[in-house]
Amino acid sequence: MEQVIANGLYLGAQYALIALGLTLIFALMNVLNFAHGQMYVLGGFISYTVYGQLGLPFVVALLASGATLAVIGALMEKFLFRTVIRRSHREESTMLLAAATAFFFDAVILLLFGEKQRGVPKIVKGVFNEAGIIIPYDRLVVGALAIVFIAAFVLYMQYSRVGRAMRALAQDRVAAQLMGVRVDRYSMIGFAMGAMLAGVVGGLLVTITGVNSGIGGPISIKAFLMVMIGGAGVVGGAIAGGFILGMMESVGLTVLREYGDVTYLAIFAALMVFLSIRPNGLMGKPWG
Amino acid sequence: MINRRSTLKSMVLGAVSTLAIAAVGIPSAQAENKELKIGFVGVTSGPAAAWGTSNVRSMQTRAAWLNETGGVKIGNDTYNIKIVTFDDQKDPKRAIAGMEKMAQEGIHYVVGPNVDDGAAAVRPVAEANGIIYFPYAFPKALYQKPASNAVLGMIANYQSGPAIYKYLKENKGVKTIAFVAANESDPLSQRDSGVEAAKALGLQVVAQNDTYQNDTRDFTPVLTPIVALKPDLLVLSGVAPANAPLLIRAARELGYEGLISTETAQDAKVLEEGAGEYANGFISVGGASTPEIASDAMKEFVARYTKMFGEYNDESNTKVYALEYILETLKANPAAINDVAEFKKTMDSFSAPNPYLKGDAKLTYVGTTSFGQKRQLAVPMVVNEYKDGAFQTLFVGTVD
Repeated sequence: MEQVIANGLYLGAQYALIALGLTLIFALMNVLNFAHGQMYVLGGFISYTVYGQLGLPFVVALLASGATLAVIGALMEKFLFRTVIRRSHREESTMLLAAATAFFFDAVILLLFGEKQRGVPKIVKGVFNEAGIIIPYDRLVVGALAIVFIAAFVLYMQYSRVGRAMRALAQDRVAAQLMGVRVDRYSMIGFAMGAMLAGVVGGLLVTITGVNSGIGGPISIKAFLMVMIGGAGVVGGAIAGGFILGMMESVGLTVLREYGDVTYLAIFAALMVFLSIRPNGLMGKPWG
Repeated sequence: MINRRSTLKSMVLGAVSTLAIAAVGIPSAQAENKELKIGFVGVTSGPAAAWGTSNVRSMQTRAAWLNETGGVKIGNDTYNIKIVTFDDQKDPKRAIAGMEKMAQEGIHYVVGPNVDDGAAAVRPVAEANGIIYFPYAFPKALYQKPASNAVLGMIANYQSGPAIYKYLKENKGVKTIAFVAANESDPLSQRDSGVEAAKALGLQVVAQNDTYQNDTRDFTPVLTPIVALKPDLLVLSGVAPANAPLLIRAARELGYEGLISTETAQDAKVLEEGAGEYANGFISVGGASTPEIASDAMKEFVARYTKMFGEYNDESNTKVYALEYILETLKANPAAINDVAEFKKTMDSFSAPNPYLKGDAKLTYVGTTSFGQKRQLAVPMVVNEYKDGAFQTLFVGTVD
């Protein structure tokens, strides 16, 4: 059982980090970014190229992934989403745009990086094996980094000027604008940060799970699940959703293994019941 | 008076005339050849993209090679080969649309689809439109009478699995075996036939219900309970090349010390990058590229593929064969070029030299034992063991 809990906690930290960027963009702009998984994949391939192919330090690869995706996110907000939000009053317009960008990224990534699964050398070798728990050291490092990134993100949103402005924007866009918050500027920064987070997680996890051009869609779906559990647009909700999903997956795969692949069936069934009782998830929207 | 508008008009007319003369008046070296279209319907995007992409690229490499060397002589005509591709995205509905597109283009020979449900879905379209297709899918109903238009393009797991388990039982002392498969039709059916074969050999099956979602990225929770059972052999039934290194790595990191095998083709580079030295000893089924058996033609194919696409895919060791069989059979009976009934007649007695293997190996159609009729390509059943970035031949088997 110790191993199952350890697996769940590690998965949870990983999932929570994946969901953060998605929930940030949703909170700021009410946009469900269907391309979040593709951004993760792009971050993974950039890390693969910089660290795995060019042989540069892993930190450089992570920075490159984050910076590239931040720029892409900022450009997407400025030239695509801002225009659509300005011209269309229908919310589904941004959803369609997000879906289109996801397909676009899928095609570009396949063209640029090919169809094969890619992996990089381990950043730390060896396996922790004590008290019935087996965890490779690189997972411990990645899990710890995930927690550090989550904490840094929460603190930044709570105490920095930019973070306060984005929270104000998420709570009430019109009121924030009337109080002098530059909506366009902070929307762009928020989208860039959300994309950067996706890129950093992709870059980080390429050391554990590798990356391939086809996993963007499934990653997005898992991120949506976490956001639905925790509550759309709430940072705490995304973190809680990530850990809950990670733990459910780990426990389910052990307890239900004799019955075939029913773990996700059980998770989806539980989610349907849960959402019918709490449609806004655990923590609802927006930030408090 | 010459003004700007008339100057522009003259320039446009001049350019168009030049292009027209170039197109009509200067025939290219290959323009005298006729064109033979061969289709591909399979998956070239998404998580299983590697399966179909290795098909398409093998066909494109071989076609370019043949066209460059003057085309293919079939009967009294020489043809340039054109590969027409359709990405079915692993969706049976799209596979049907793809096969219909092939029919509309007048294509009679199609490679693919890559998975069971796609291969089953296209059967009515292929039979109604006179198309012979070469799936990489294992359901026997596709190849047994009354079906007659599908030809299995590779070795099926129910042919290679028993051979691998028997070898490991006799040579490595394997007594207990565990299976894990993705929750999809192909891997599950491969798992079920693997379990059946293992039991028939007297092996003790300690796990057979463990499955995972095909998009799983972290397999530690999936493998934790299986590794605790300490099987002598862990079979990754129908594992996709993208998942194999992740499963191997997770099992080894959890302390698993037994053997790991699969009946699907894998890629050495993917294993090296994803699992490193953990992949040493991993057993899979490959084609004809191991140094012990590859001919010079196979080496040239690998070189041309690498030059054309930047990187070779070891799955193409098997997938190089389908186009070769189609063309060689058409050469043997040119009447089959627009009549698949003629093609079927020729299959029963067809034999040609296998250009990709050393020695006097032959291209023939097999499958009589498994399907009751010759509806399978005789590709080499090479069981490989991965070692430090490359495959080594463990043993070579045959199918009749």
